[in-house]
Amino acid sequence: MAAAAGSRGAVAPPLRIAVASGKGGTGKTTVASSLALSLAQGEPGLPPPPPPYFLDCDVEGPNAHLFLKPDLRRRRDVLTSIPHVDAAKCSGCGKCAEVCQYHAIAVLGKKTLVFSQLCHGCGSCTLVCPEGAITEEPRVTGVLEAGRAAGGIPFARGVLDVGEPMATPAIRQLKKWAIPAPGPAGAVVILDAPPGTSCPVVEAARGCDYLLLVTEPTPFGLHDLRLAAEVAAELGMPAGVIINRDGIGDAGVDAFCAQAGLPVLMRIPFERTIAEGVAQGQTLVEIHPEYAPRFRALVATVLEQVGSQPMTSSPSGAEPVRRGRARP
Amino acid sequence: MKQLVILSGKGGTGKTSVAAAFTHLAAQGEPPMRAVLVDADVDAANLELVLSPRPLETHEFIGGPVAAIDATLCRGCGTCYDVCRFDAVLPPSGGPGPYDIDPIACEGCAACVYQCPEQAIRMAPQPAGRWFRSDSRYGPLFHAALRPAQENSGKLVTLVKQLARLLALDGGYEAVLVDGPPGIGCAVISAASGADLALIVAEPTAAGIHDMARVLGTTAHFRIPALVCINKADIYPQGASEIAAYCAANGVEVAGTIPFDPAVTEAMVQGEPVTAHAPDAPAARALAAVWQRVSAELLTQGG
Amino acid sequence: MKLIVTATAPDIDAAVDPRFGRGAYFIEIDTETGQWHAHENQAVNASGGAGSQAAQAVVRQGAGAVVSGDFGPNAHLVLAAADVRMYLLGTSKTPREAAAALAAGSLPEVSGPTSPGHHGGRGGQ
Repeated sequence: MAAAAGSRGAVAPPLRIAVASGKGGTGKTTVASSLALSLAQGEPGLPPPPPPYFLDCDVEGPNAHLFLKPDLRRRRDVLTSIPHVDAAKCSGCGKCAEVCQYHAIAVLGKKTLVFSQLCHGCGSCTLVCPEGAITEEPRVTGVLEAGRAAGGIPFARGVLDVGEPMATPAIRQLKKWAIPAPGPAGAVVILDAPPGTSCPVVEAARGCDYLLLVTEPTPFGLHDLRLAAEVAAELGMPAGVIINRDGIGDAGVDAFCAQAGLPVLMRIPFERTIAEGVAQGQTLVEIHPEYAPRFRALVATVLEQVGSQPMTSSPSGAEPVRRGRARP
Repeated sequence: MKQLVILSGKGGTGKTSVAAAFTHLAAQGEPPMRAVLVDADVDAANLELVLSPRPLETHEFIGGPVAAIDATLCRGCGTCYDVCRFDAVLPPSGGPGPYDIDPIACEGCAACVYQCPEQAIRMAPQPAGRWFRSDSRYGPLFHAALRPAQENSGKLVTLVKQLARLLALDGGYEAVLVDGPPGIGCAVISAASGADLALIVAEPTAAGIHDMARVLGTTAHFRIPALVCINKADIYPQGASEIAAYCAANGVEVAGTIPFDPAVTEAMVQGEPVTAHAPDAPAARALAAVWQRVSAELLTQGG
Repeated sequence: MKLIVTATAPDIDAAVDPRFGRGAYFIEIDTETGQWHAHENQAVNASGGAGSQAAQAVVRQGAGAVVSGDFGPNAHLVLAAADVRMYLLGTSKTPREAAAALAAGSLPEVSGPTSPGHHGGRGGQ
């Protein structure tokens, strides 16, 4: 899935925009998929640009496929490494259990028990075993899927198996698999993050260039937006806000954004037609095509905010090129 | 003493609004059901916003430790970097120097601690959040706030639930009502553990139906009986029928439907459950009917 | 039925990969609907036990039959234990051709390992 390096001139890592929210159900996926389609369409009258990549990182409840309708041709298992103890070599010393921070391995006499759902696959027990009795076996906890979606968008997602507790390995492996290597300047990757503010969101947002926070103008929305803004601060990422279902609640979110210096990049008024269309898997740009240029303008604003990034020099050693999309 | 957990799979379907209504209806019921309340959505704990709790106790929650490198002992061999599987070790930039740990990426496995030839790495406990016991209008409330970007939400969920359970048993309460988190992973598994009954709040959207199926798979996997209620049912009537058909095909009872109703948000803005704020609103009436069914089923579960 | 054919690239019309344990992709074809997708074989990079690992992945995918160029002893053991039938490629150049050849009954079925295996190739303990 790596993009080929440009034949001449600019090579840059893609611009990675993570769409998160704190509170669930504010419209992350609606926004992320609409954003991707708007970019894929390009400006009217001009040849369409290379479409953005889309990663659905909400591995516990992936929904973006309902909006972008990908043909998921490629799959890869999400694997974690679980220790396997060779009983013939095991001396019962218990060092493995001693180092395991998750109590995932227990030693009873010379018998060992592994609790695979507690295991984080860190490899520590394998390294410390003085008898070399531990090898690692792969265990599947989910699947990664990829293919082309609407608008020619390269789409990838992770799906955590039901009953599996840990989402973060699936998200980490999805990003490694599906985010393209540095290539022609102007490539964009949109990551649809899970709800919440804890480790799955952080895993999705890490390493991204910008955090787009989708909120609703209600007390629940505000409460969780504050937390999401703190995540952005912890990660040292610039952030901006989209207020979805504008008009249903109060002005608390606006007041917070003003006070926190968070730009409100777009407002999407509550409309029953939008709610009904989204319920059926329609993106905003299909319900109201006039949103497409607004989303493209939003990305241009994001680029400006991110824009003071280090220059990347081209392989030919010519003029350094500023990372980002060429303006139409 | 019975335990009810309210889940959804997808975020934003109305779990917390339903949970808040249930706490009110339980307390005001004829006869009242005395319940201890738990907000298990520790990432984004909203139940307190509609229950006006009076905080009684606040405690620090120490999460899993993270690694920290003593720069004076580090000789820059890079063994930690080779060993770490979570991209949490930061090599020195621009020339040789000590390595460093990214505390956000660190999963606390301590592999680097045991492998470091200089024993330059120690594990340091992390303040990961706080938990609270409060007194709300409708019963004692246990809730928590995980610091943003922290791990171990499952542990914190388990903690508040255990505390609630102990209080319920000691104090002769009839039930523990748990407002659960979205998703199906460790936080949900922790929230659902030990429940006698799960109520899945489903929304009739393509995404809502998809995630409802996954959370029903999760409750089935952990052998927790479940009921479904369809919230904002009139937004997409076809979706509501799909949910009903799915539930019928899978032997899951639909305990009721709740119409989309602006009164719910109005009540939230006023800091109250909708059943208290506007008891004659369509959503409030529907919630009362759902509670009737859910509470009856709850009392028959668990033996 | 789910049919798996090993291939060098993630496409039903790509060249077949004659190796089972270290074939780059498993092309999974639903013989009833013709629907297909490509599954990456992560045993490719295993230092040993690739055959066993690949076979377990195929069993997990619910395959009824596999077509490849050779099946080592570990792979054969796992697949046979799971009642997955094994066939050789014959003259098929692509997974699509292999699926057609299988439907026509022209692929030889395998009853034992076709090669002695490499690491740990003693057919399990």
